[in-house]
Amino acid sequence: MTKISHNKKPLRLSTVVDHAILVIGALVMLFPVYLALTTTSHDNITLSREGLKFGFGDQMGVNFYTAMFEKGGFTEQIDGTKMLINSLILGIGFAIGKIVLSMAAAYAIVYFRLRFATFAFWIIFTTILLPLEVRILPSYEVVTGLGMANTYAGLIVPLLASATGTFFFRQFFLSVPEELVEAARIDGAGPGKFFIDILVPLSRTMIAAIFIIMFVYGWNQYLWPTLITTDESLFTLVRGIKQITQSVYEGNTIPEYGQAWALAIIAMLPPVLIVIFFQSWFVKGLVESEK
Amino acid sequence: MKRAAFSQPLMPVALLLPQLVIIAVFFYWPAWEAIYSSFFLQDPFGFGSNFVGANNYTRLATSSEYAKVAGFTVFFTVIVTVLSLGTALLLAVKADKVVRGAKTYRTLLMWVYAIAPPVAGFLGALLFDQNIGPITDLFAFFGYNLQIGLNYNDTAFAMIVVSVWKQIPVNFIFLLSGLQSIPVAVREAALIDNKSGTRRFWDITFPLLAPTAFFLLIINITYALFDTFGVIDIMVKGNPASNPITLVYKVYTDGFRGSDLGGSSAQSVVLMVLVLALTVMQFRMLERRIHYT
Repeated sequence: MTKISHNKKPLRLSTVVDHAILVIGALVMLFPVYLALTTTSHDNITLSREGLKFGFGDQMGVNFYTAMFEKGGFTEQIDGTKMLINSLILGIGFAIGKIVLSMAAAYAIVYFRLRFATFAFWIIFTTILLPLEVRILPSYEVVTGLGMANTYAGLIVPLLASATGTFFFRQFFLSVPEELVEAARIDGAGPGKFFIDILVPLSRTMIAAIFIIMFVYGWNQYLWPTLITTDESLFTLVRGIKQITQSVYEGNTIPEYGQAWALAIIAMLPPVLIVIFFQSWFVKGLVESEK
Repeated sequence: MKRAAFSQPLMPVALLLPQLVIIAVFFYWPAWEAIYSSFFLQDPFGFGSNFVGANNYTRLATSSEYAKVAGFTVFFTVIVTVLSLGTALLLAVKADKVVRGAKTYRTLLMWVYAIAPPVAGFLGALLFDQNIGPITDLFAFFGYNLQIGLNYNDTAFAMIVVSVWKQIPVNFIFLLSGLQSIPVAVREAALIDNKSGTRRFWDITFPLLAPTAFFLLIINITYALFDTFGVIDIMVKGNPASNPITLVYKVYTDGFRGSDLGGSSAQSVVLMVLVLALTVMQFRMLERRIHYT
C-alpha cells in the first residue's frame, strides 16, 4: 500500500534550500529591529559598559515610561506622547487631505464635460516630475513667507501638492462601467448624488488602500518637518529622531540608549502594524497606484 | 472622460480648485523660484542679489567638490539599486515557489517598507555604533576598526547596507506580484518544455518580469537619489563635510547651512532635469509595457 501513497513527497534538497534562503532573508529584516527592542529593556550604564544585548532585561517599562511621559532628555519642551499625537495629526491629516483633494479633482476630470479638463490634468500631472526634495529651499521660503512655518497647516498642506492620489482615482473612475452613470442620470440623480450614493461606496476598497499608503507616507515624512517645524511642540516622532541622534551621538554624558530606542520603536510601530494587518489592501494600493 | 458626462459648468471648477490652488502655491511657485534664483548670486548678509547669468552653473561644472559628490551619488545609486533589486528578486522567486508558509514569508519580508528612512538610519547607527555596535564588534573580531561618521569609506559602507535593507521590501512586493501575475498556463507549458528550473527562469520568467524590473529600476534610482536623505542625515552625524553625501543632500547643506541660495538653486535645477529625463524614460517603457500584456 505504501507504494501508491504519494501524499508524503520526499523532502527535496532544493525545497530545503528555498526555505533556508527565505528564513535568512526574514531574519536579516528582523534582526536590527529585534536588537533595538532588546536595547529598550536595559539601563544605559549596562549598555555602555557591556555593549548591546541579545536578550531582554527588565528596564523596558521604565524606559518607555520615561520616553513617553517625561519632558526633557532629548528635547526640552515635549514628551513622547505629544510627538505621537503630532505624528498622528500629520499621518491622518495628510491621508484625509490627499483623499479628499484627489477624489474631487479626479471626479471633475473624469465625469464632467469640461473644456480645460486636459489642461487641468496636465497641470496636476507635471507635479510628479519634481519631488519636494529638489525644490526644498524655495518651498521653505514660500511657506515661511506665507507665515505658515511652525503650524500644522504648514506641515501638511505643502506635502499635498502632488499628483499621486489624483492619478490613482482617475484610473479607478475610468474603470467604473459607464452604464452606472447613465442609469443614474436616467433616474434623475445629479452629480452630487451620484458621487455620494454610487461612486464613494464603489471606491471603498480603493479609499482604504490609498489611506494606508498615504498614512505611512505622511507619518514617515522627515525632511519637510525638519525644516518647517523648529518649535519643539510640533515635533513628530520621525522628526524627533534627529534630536535623539544628536543627544545620543553628539553629547558628552552617558547616552540614553534605552529611552532613545523606546521612542524609535514608537516611531515605527503604527505604520508597521498597519502594513502588516491591512496587508492585502496595502499591497493592492501600492501596486495599483504605481502603475 | 466618460461619454455620459455631467454638464454642470461650475461644479467641476469648484471640485478642481482646491487641488489646483495648492499645486500652484506649493509646487509651481517654488519650482519657478528655484529656476529664477539659480541665475542670481545672493549677498551672504542678506542685502539683495545680483544677476549673474549662468555663473552658478559654471561654478558647479568646475567645482571639484560637486564632481566628488556627483561621483559618489552615481556609485551609491548603482550599488543600492543592484543589490536591493538582486536580493529582492532572489527572495521573490523563492517566495513564489514555496508552498508552505508562503504568506508568512511575504509578511516577514515586506513589513520593513513601513519604517521611515531616518529610523532605518538610526537602526544603522545602532548596529554600527563605535562602542556597542555588533557589526563594529564583528569587524573588530577580524581586525578591522570600523569608524562610522569618521571614516569616509566606512560611512559609505554603512549607508549602503542600511539603504539596501530599507529598499528590499518594495522591490520584493512588486516582483512577487509580477511573478504571481504570470498565467498558470504559461508556467505549465514551460514546465513541460523544460525540466531545468534555471533555464526556465531565464527563458520564460525573467523576460516576462522585465517590464516590472525596468519600472523598479526607475523607482530604485529615485529612491537612492531622494528618499535616502533621512538615512544619510542620521548617519553623517552632523558632519557632512568629511562624510559621503548625495546630490540632494548637498542641495540641502549648501542652501540651509552655507546659505548659498543661488548655488543650491542651480543644483536643484540640475536635479530637476535629471528627474525629467528619468520620467520620460519611464513613460517610454510604460508604453512598451502595454504591448507586453
